[in-house]
Amino acid sequence: MLKLPVYLDNNATTPCDPRVVETMLPYFTEIFGNASSRNHSYGWAAEAAIDLAREQVAALIGADPKEIIFTSGATEGDNLALKGVFEMYADKGNHIITTEIEHKAILDTCKHLEKLGASVTYLKVNSEGLPDLKELEAAITPKTILVAIMYANNEIGVINPIREISALAKKNGVLMMSDITQAAGKVPVDVNRDGIDLATFSAHKIYGPKGVGALYVRRKSPRVKVIAQMDGGGHERGMRSGTLNVTGIVGFGKACEISLREMEAEGKRLSILRNKLEAALLQLEESYVNGSTASRLPHVSNISFKYVEGDALMMGFNKSIALSSGSACTSASPEPSYVLKGLGLGDDLAHSSLRFGLGRFTTEEEIDYTIQTVTDTVNKLREISPLWEMFKEGADMTEYY
Amino acid sequence: MGYSEKILDYYNNPRNAGSLDKTNANTGMGLVHVPEYIEVIRLQIQVNPATSVITDAKFKTFGSGAAIAVSSLATEWLKWKTLDEAAQIDDMYLVEELDLPPAKIHCAALVEEAIKAAINDYRAKNGLEELKFEEIETGFEA
Repeated sequence: MLKLPVYLDNNATTPCDPRVVETMLPYFTEIFGNASSRNHSYGWAAEAAIDLAREQVAALIGADPKEIIFTSGATEGDNLALKGVFEMYADKGNHIITTEIEHKAILDTCKHLEKLGASVTYLKVNSEGLPDLKELEAAITPKTILVAIMYANNEIGVINPIREISALAKKNGVLMMSDITQAAGKVPVDVNRDGIDLATFSAHKIYGPKGVGALYVRRKSPRVKVIAQMDGGGHERGMRSGTLNVTGIVGFGKACEISLREMEAEGKRLSILRNKLEAALLQLEESYVNGSTASRLPHVSNISFKYVEGDALMMGFNKSIALSSGSACTSASPEPSYVLKGLGLGDDLAHSSLRFGLGRFTTEEEIDYTIQTVTDTVNKLREISPLWEMFKEGADMTEYY
Repeated sequence: MGYSEKILDYYNNPRNAGSLDKTNANTGMGLVHVPEYIEVIRLQIQVNPATSVITDAKFKTFGSGAAIAVSSLATEWLKWKTLDEAAQIDDMYLVEELDLPPAKIHCAALVEEAIKAAINDYRAKNGLEELKFEEIETGFEA
């Protein structure tokens, strides 16, 4: 039986895998100790659980467990990495390079740092969603301390050429940071192969609990340091104070372990489902995939349906399919997705977009249902869209697009 | 999304969606699109020239569910009104009837503009001068 609404917003968050929940449960009531309590078995048991989780988290990205700092999530990790590097390397310079389509946790932190004297270059991306590496290299100055570019984009799923980007950074003696939140556990990420010096991600995107994440900080060649942004008990080797969220971290570790083990098979399964969905929806006239399809996460598809509006589309299936649109109609003059605008989409096309984010629990039956429902809704709205009628009559649409 | 049941009903079962023959002298069309907003609203009226009564009204709208609902509601109100009566449909009536959320109030203003444009389009087709619609000065101060 199909359970509605179908959940296709796995880029926003994922449900906890029952195996993760099961692993976490004893840590609420029985093994509840503070991992910093050194004098009794409750503390030791918690510490042992943290140690295992740290190994599991590190293994997912090819890191050493000592390089993992637990955080409350990717937003905290992004803040700690950017602010911590900015403070730590102030003597070397104040310049950071990123792109226009990073997550807000990066962009807003950069804006904050600009007020504190940072100089930030926001690289443009092409219609595929990729930055120009020549522009990136040209932007590097002797004052550049950090390149911060996400592994894969949250709205379009496009995967950046991280190895090439980090090679440019390394060649110029600049640290490479990457928000790997969308990529970790979905595609192989290896901080050594990929040349990443700092990486952030979170548990709730990989079927773990909300409120826990990790910052990877390289320890060898080069040894990277960040200045703590939260002072206190000196946890996490002084880089992130605060009693460890043992239950959450245990769940995070389990989630990483499962993702690593199942990644290959799951990636194949999801790409087959995603491709089926995408091929069917592209049968609709005037529908377009946003961003590169050559280098993309296996479970994501972002499609614009020209001549229908995203908010109206969402309303057509807000009881049957849960997903995101590029239209954020919370204000009178809604600003469409800055990511899609960064790709060069006009406002109307950005508004007409839907992001399909498949996940571990997505079934083929759900995909078939989604194809039917979205197709019907697009057709219905086009029936009553003056723009569709004008387009069909061959009118000049330049005023609108 | 916080839409009223009425909006959802108009969205799910739009009344009077469609087109009238643009070339017919007894029809008038108002097509409204302003750069600040994404909505494109088209209202059409069919008028009995002997009585100036609107005998049919149709809409097509590109925009949110609220924009679709307010357009559809307007066509219901337009039917069987005289052109003079139709010209008095105020956007605030539309806002109140559908309980439009603040972010969507502009949709009603666009629909009011489309009504007036349709009336003027009909008048122009029939050699009548364009009406100037200005906010009525009442001298009332809040």
